[in-house]
Amino acid sequence: MTEAATARKIRVVVAKPGLDGHDRGAKIIARALRDAGMEVIYTGLHQTPAQIAETVIQEDADAVGLSILSGAHMTLVPRVVELLAEQGVDDVLVTVGGTIPAEDIPELKKLGVAEVFTPGAGTEEIVEFIRAGARERHERDGQHP
Amino acid sequence: MAAEPRQKPELIEREAEFSTISGHPIEPLYTAADAPADPAATIGDPGEYPFTRGPYPSMYRGRLWTMRQFAGFGTVEETNERFHYLLDQGQTGLSTAFDMPTLMGYDSDHPRSLGEVGREGVAVDSLDDMEALFAGIPLGGVTTSMTINAPAAIALAFYVLVGERQGVSAEKLGGTIQTDILKEYIAQKEWCFPIEPAMRLVTDMIEWCSEQMPRWHPISISGYHIREAGSTAQQELAFTLKDGFTYVEAALERGLDVDDFAPRLSFFFNAHVDFFEEIAKYRAARRIWAREMRDTYGAKREESMRLRFHAQTAGVSLTAQQPLNNVVRTSLEALAAVLGGTQSLHTNSFDEALALPTEDAVRVALRTQQIIALESGVTNTADPLGGSWFVERLTDEMESAAYAYFARIEELGGMVEAIRQNFPQREIADASFAYQQELNERRRIVVGVNDLVQSDEGETPILRIDPGLEQKQLDRLQATRARRNPAAVESALTELRRAAASEENLMPSILVAARALATEGEMIAAMQEVFGTYAESPVF
Repeated sequence: MTEAATARKIRVVVAKPGLDGHDRGAKIIARALRDAGMEVIYTGLHQTPAQIAETVIQEDADAVGLSILSGAHMTLVPRVVELLAEQGVDDVLVTVGGTIPAEDIPELKKLGVAEVFTPGAGTEEIVEFIRAGARERHERDGQHP
Repeated sequence: MAAEPRQKPELIEREAEFSTISGHPIEPLYTAADAPADPAATIGDPGEYPFTRGPYPSMYRGRLWTMRQFAGFGTVEETNERFHYLLDQGQTGLSTAFDMPTLMGYDSDHPRSLGEVGREGVAVDSLDDMEALFAGIPLGGVTTSMTINAPAAIALAFYVLVGERQGVSAEKLGGTIQTDILKEYIAQKEWCFPIEPAMRLVTDMIEWCSEQMPRWHPISISGYHIREAGSTAQQELAFTLKDGFTYVEAALERGLDVDDFAPRLSFFFNAHVDFFEEIAKYRAARRIWAREMRDTYGAKREESMRLRFHAQTAGVSLTAQQPLNNVVRTSLEALAAVLGGTQSLHTNSFDEALALPTEDAVRVALRTQQIIALESGVTNTADPLGGSWFVERLTDEMESAAYAYFARIEELGGMVEAIRQNFPQREIADASFAYQQELNERRRIVVGVNDLVQSDEGETPILRIDPGLEQKQLDRLQATRARRNPAAVESALTELRRAAASEENLMPSILVAARALATEGEMIAAMQEVFGTYAESPVF
């Protein structure tokens, strides 16, 4: 399951934007990604969109997973995407997890969110999605075979 | 406890995990050999030490549990309407959910509050808001629960002053404020200050309430959030009780008499879906608390040893898939809480894995309790499960698991030190991950999620919070700021900073500031200037 030693390790930021403290999901995902051989940077709780964008850029992440259970996703997710775009970052895979009503998902995807994982999503499904997306990014970069 | 190894007959068994949801193994059969050696000492009768069978002799024949649905969203006006609705539907106590900015000590107009105002609870910035929240509800005639921790002293001050404005004095107010800051650092993660000053504030509240508010519970020592963060039942039990002992020790160090404050300590447990494990958890909690309060902390009054608790069904057990099935889960969980002897109960609504509940969903949740209370017959006798070989054995095992954790926490230097070392946090994260693995591998089944999946699910109507409500709250806050006396606010905040830097009880200064219409955010910021803030180094 782990990445071949020759390939660059997939780097993922798992982030908790907003004020809610529900970190069970974020921690499970962070651990599942780490166990799958990825480099995981977990931001911890109560992060502002600016702090998250900065972490993604500093860590040169392939993907960022935003975990939100506070109902503030329609305010916070667009802000993260905007801040990344403002700094010229348009190739990071942005995913969202949490209690996101079905009718908000198309709008989030229109903003550039690659996938939204709602309660009950399996960790394997999430790991595979991030792996595939990050591989594509690596290939586009042309840095890695 | 089991006298001799029993002869097991040849059993034909299904391919399945025969363990509780926490992973605790369950035997194929329990018999008289599992009965406690000295039932009079370890079980007793309901209402008698060690209260294993319940805190009161007549239990629900005397008085049903309080049906207390947690509610809060939008501004105080929307939530006030929901309160009136719930009271009209036969609810017997109120329970307030505050929004995230309020829980974290930010005013609604703070930049960090953007998008969060009124989303997961109601926004309360000042005394004006608290007054509007309880408009038309005489505080002398209800009991109110407020789920707030880091800024609990401020919310309590607001509530006391609303009572004052209504002509109800503090000594007549009944209810509970959560205040349990240790479980915030462990699990719920809504904090304002470092651990020591936060513990001082808790102790200030316990002290102040023991003098001023004889009908009030200044703290609700909570396992609920520990469990929701992914702990096992055993961890929930152990960490919660250990938190409780830590508060008792802090109050004793303050010089309080245990029998003056212990009767007002209350508890809050999760009611998860593993029926018997939960019942055993509540029974073990009562027994351990009674013994430790008497033998370790020197309590003399029975009220000091009698653990009473509120229960809430497990939010984490609800599924977004086939949400109507959640009515069944919630019924089982509520029944476990009742058979475990709860004093008050919140039942979750079936749509809560999707959003805050609609009014229709809340009504079904409340009716679930009413059906248990009025139709099922389980209230006819006190502790109908007492003496069940299985239940008593499981209760003993719960108790042993809790004491094993107490010993590990003591080795680390007590609960505060254990939290600093991330011990409970890591135990919970490990348990939560292990459970997820079991789901992934389908060693444990959640109907509709990893088995019995239905592809053509219909839409469930959900509650949408009007984004305009955020602006409405900002307008309310601005109006309050505009009508107050800035000099009075400034001098009250200066006084609060001074008191924070001293060793005196902070409640009087907080009351003065609240009366001057200082906002919650202003008071928290003033105290943070003295106390500092908190950041965790997360483990996963």
